[in-house]
Amino acid sequence: MPEDSKTVRQIKFHVTRYNPESDGAPYVKTYTIPVREGMTVLDGLHYIKDNVDSTLAWRYSCRMGVCGSCGMLLNGQPTLACNTQILHIAKTDLTVAPLPNFDIIRDLVPDLLSMFDKHRSLKPYVVRADEAEINDPAGEFYQSPEELEAYLQFTYCIKCGCCMAACPTLATDARYLGPMPLAAAERYNVDTRDDGRRQRNQQTGSAHGAFRCHYAGECSRVCPKGVDPAKAIQLLKRKLVLDYLHLARRKKPCQKLHGPGQGKPLPNIPAGPAKTV
Amino acid sequence: MAEIQRHDNRLGIWGWLGGGRWGIERYAYILHRLTGLGILLYFLMHIVVTSLRARGIYLWVEGGFFHRPIFKVGEFLVFAAFAYHAFNGVRLVLVELGFAVGKPIEPVYPYKTSLNVQRPLLIVMMILAAIFLAVGGYEFLGLAK
Amino acid sequence: MRETKYWTWHMAAGVVILFLLGVHMVTMHLGGITHWFAPAGGEAISQANILFRDGRLFFTVTYILLLGVALYHGLYGLRTILFELTLKPAVEKAISFVLLVVGLGLFGLGTWAAITVHTIAIAGIRG
Repeated sequence: MPEDSKTVRQIKFHVTRYNPESDGAPYVKTYTIPVREGMTVLDGLHYIKDNVDSTLAWRYSCRMGVCGSCGMLLNGQPTLACNTQILHIAKTDLTVAPLPNFDIIRDLVPDLLSMFDKHRSLKPYVVRADEAEINDPAGEFYQSPEELEAYLQFTYCIKCGCCMAACPTLATDARYLGPMPLAAAERYNVDTRDDGRRQRNQQTGSAHGAFRCHYAGECSRVCPKGVDPAKAIQLLKRKLVLDYLHLARRKKPCQKLHGPGQGKPLPNIPAGPAKTV
Repeated sequence: MAEIQRHDNRLGIWGWLGGGRWGIERYAYILHRLTGLGILLYFLMHIVVTSLRARGIYLWVEGGFFHRPIFKVGEFLVFAAFAYHAFNGVRLVLVELGFAVGKPIEPVYPYKTSLNVQRPLLIVMMILAAIFLAVGGYEFLGLAK
Repeated sequence: MRETKYWTWHMAAGVVILFLLGVHMVTMHLGGITHWFAPAGGEAISQANILFRDGRLFFTVTYILLLGVALYHGLYGLRTILFELTLKPAVEKAISFVLLVVGLGLFGLGTWAAITVHTIAIAGIRG
């Protein structure tokens, strides 16, 4: 923030505070800070920590909407603190709370482990019978651009947990897998290199799996990356039902094409310049 | 390392109503739940009450226990719940089997999601439910002969 | 995968109910407009009209079908809502058991009643 940009307004930050060593329950503390144009909520929290109260704790890293660390409940909506400008969402008051549906570790720091455990349980990686090729690849798998598009949207997930905080089912059902892990499962299920859908079906089709989603749509509404987990879950459900009814087409995962540099170039493509090294 | 004390921040049943931003699909979800429970409650009693006619007991005809205006109103509520639950249910079957959510797309800000894809269906279904309800209301008010 | 089975049939049951309960609702509540299956005139739920419907095999069969399908759809829906409350596994088992008993009990009662009223109505027609 340049030094000469003017303070536009004083904004009251109502921040949830919780210290596990001294507080029985979270409480709200209010800080009034000068806000300049273009200032993000993350900048506001830094201002508080630098100038008002150095004990405030929150989690952040990249400050540009990539790492997914600073998911928070801003004015009741789960979103990234770094991606949200204060003056876009607040006139005089701004409530800053930790993401709900997760335990609070301290102040604005949620414990995301419950989400990562569920994520891991769904095998969010390419599962294939030829494990040797995965661990020590000797060639490349062919995948067309259309096949890539079938899952590309779901790869943009940054695991910030905003969808989990917005989900009504997770508000009561602690065992529900949740939008992020289920979208990740769908991402690998439709990957043509993957052969693990039937293994994942055991979890995604379980009592606390995909069928606990009733399409309230909040996950897709709050996702800061446009991943649309609700869409992923509905597509996942369709495959679960088709698999149960034995109507899904059995497709082999795509096969290894050739080793690096051994491929046949397309005609009409001129040869590259001679190697210099 | 000592175990750190944590605060359980799950929203509970209140979270069914209002976690995050309120979208129209959220209202649809809540109403689907409430109407479903209402219809189920009526249905379980309905089975018992109508089964009594096998023993010649007709509680809903002239002079019967259920032949009162208050039950007429209650019946209309059940009818309304059915109208909503049925038409919204058609949307849910289509959406939850992946037919009305669209294909995965490249997310470009401002993001368009499956919510935008299925919304016309939601609107059409709500209009159909309203028409069905209006016809039912016309009948319940005794205007049809 | 057991849940996949339950849920798939929950959806299928919903579609069946849509048609059967649709006909039921139109017959019972829009009778003043449509006059379906009510030859005696007046209200669709008058005793004479009920006797007429009870005497038709179509109604007896569809009543029993709708009863079973709707009980499944409704009780599975209730179970879904209850199971989203993070209950103990023992409580979940107990709920499943109670819902199964209630469902089978009411299905038995309704089926008995539908068949009984059918025989009564048939006897009435034969005089």
